[in-house]
Amino acid sequence: MRPYLLLLGLAVAPSLWAAGPAQFIAEYSAQAGAGFTADAARGKAFAGKNWGVSEKLSSCTACHTENPRNPGRHAVTGKTIQPLSPAVNPERFSDPAKVEKWFKRNCKEVVGRACSPAEKADFIQFVAGAQ
Amino acid sequence: MKRFLIVLAALAALPAWAERNALPTGMPAAYQSECGSCHTPFPPGLLSAADWKATMAGLEDHFGTDASLDAKSAGAISAWLETNASRRIQAAGKPPRLTTTAWFKREHREVPTKAWQDSRVKSAANCAACHRGADQGRYGEREIDIPGIGRWED
Ligand code: HEC
Ligand code: HEC
Ligand code: HEC
Repeated sequence: MRPYLLLLGLAVAPSLWAAGPAQFIAEYSAQAGAGFTADAARGKAFAGKNWGVSEKLSSCTACHTENPRNPGRHAVTGKTIQPLSPAVNPERFSDPAKVEKWFKRNCKEVVGRACSPAEKADFIQFVAGAQ
Repeated sequence: MKRFLIVLAALAALPAWAERNALPTGMPAAYQSECGSCHTPFPPGLLSAADWKATMAGLEDHFGTDASLDAKSAGAISAWLETNASRRIQAAGKPPRLTTTAWFKREHREVPTKAWQDSRVKSAANCAACHRGADQGRYGEREIDIPGIGRWED
């Protein structure tokens, strides 16, 4: 019932929905299906995997670094990217439209397709729990 | 006469970088959050209006990435870019790059080669690597600090 309500909330008011990493994990886990549990180790492997799609943007860590608590650097433009860890950077995983926009863009470039809800849940589990 | 006025205008514009903000008033919030997310939010005054138009028309395939955005934000950004575009700077190639214009090269001719090659700079379009106020539109000399070289004294 709870995931269903969350899902409803996201569908009804995506821009009004104030969220934190825990809500995103719950929401994407619900979409991934019954019996799914987000896993930080799987998320870490996903983030570091070389997908072989783009030479410069081979993995998520190419721009975000291996440690989500550290600032990253855009692999093409050189621009500093603020840490993804919500513990270090509270603005992260608070705006569903922003999160969805960047998953869409970055997954297409790096993985060559959209990321599945399970991959998104694992990724956030890893990023939010990074010590 | 016209030429003389243009030269005069160019000279008058020189010292202004220290005081002037290169991101003029009226900037839509989406310019920072969209066009400033992957790179420095570039100053509108460093490309011609036609080149900004071309840039905004090709966002789906933007230097190998998809930078497209909703029509409302795109419209507001285009209008602001074109209003504040340069009337002197020539066409900057396809796709347009402000870092390839004669103006940009002249302004940066004294910057040593090793500065451009530093891994913290990576690209000439990484204005903020050297211009520490670039994200806020500030390009005054006092805020220049080049990785591996340090503060810039003329
Ligand atoms: C080309 C560099 C690059 C790569 C590679 C990259 N990202 Fe990003 N990512 C960015 C930029 C730039 C932003 C937005 C700028 C910002 O908010 O600091 C961003 C933002 C995000 C956000 C938004 C978080 C929030 O709430 O603000 C998520 C989620 C994300 N990236 C996930 C990923 C995943 C997953 C991958 C790998 C599939 C990936 N990124 C690969 C550059 C990159
Ligand atoms: C998803 C990432 C992304 C977004 C969003 C984005 N850009 Fe870019 N842009 C790039 C990349 C990558 C380059 C190539 C930079 C390089 O070679 O150093 C680039 C280059 C440029 C250049 C040429 C820079 C030069 O070398 O002189 C301009 C102008 C530009 N972008 C304008 C915009 C505008 C305007 C927007 C907003 C509508 C925008 N960009 C949004 C990724 C992005
Ligand atoms: C490698 C470091 C570096 C990068 C990257 C860089 N600049 Fe500069 N820039 C300088 C230096 C150094 C000067 C001063 C040159 C001089 O005085 O001879 C300068 C001068 C300028 C000036 C004139 C300032 C004045 O007071 O006259 C402007 C405007 C400017 N740069 C804009 C840009 C923009 C826009 C970008 C990105 C597209 C950029 N720069 C990228 C180092 C850099």
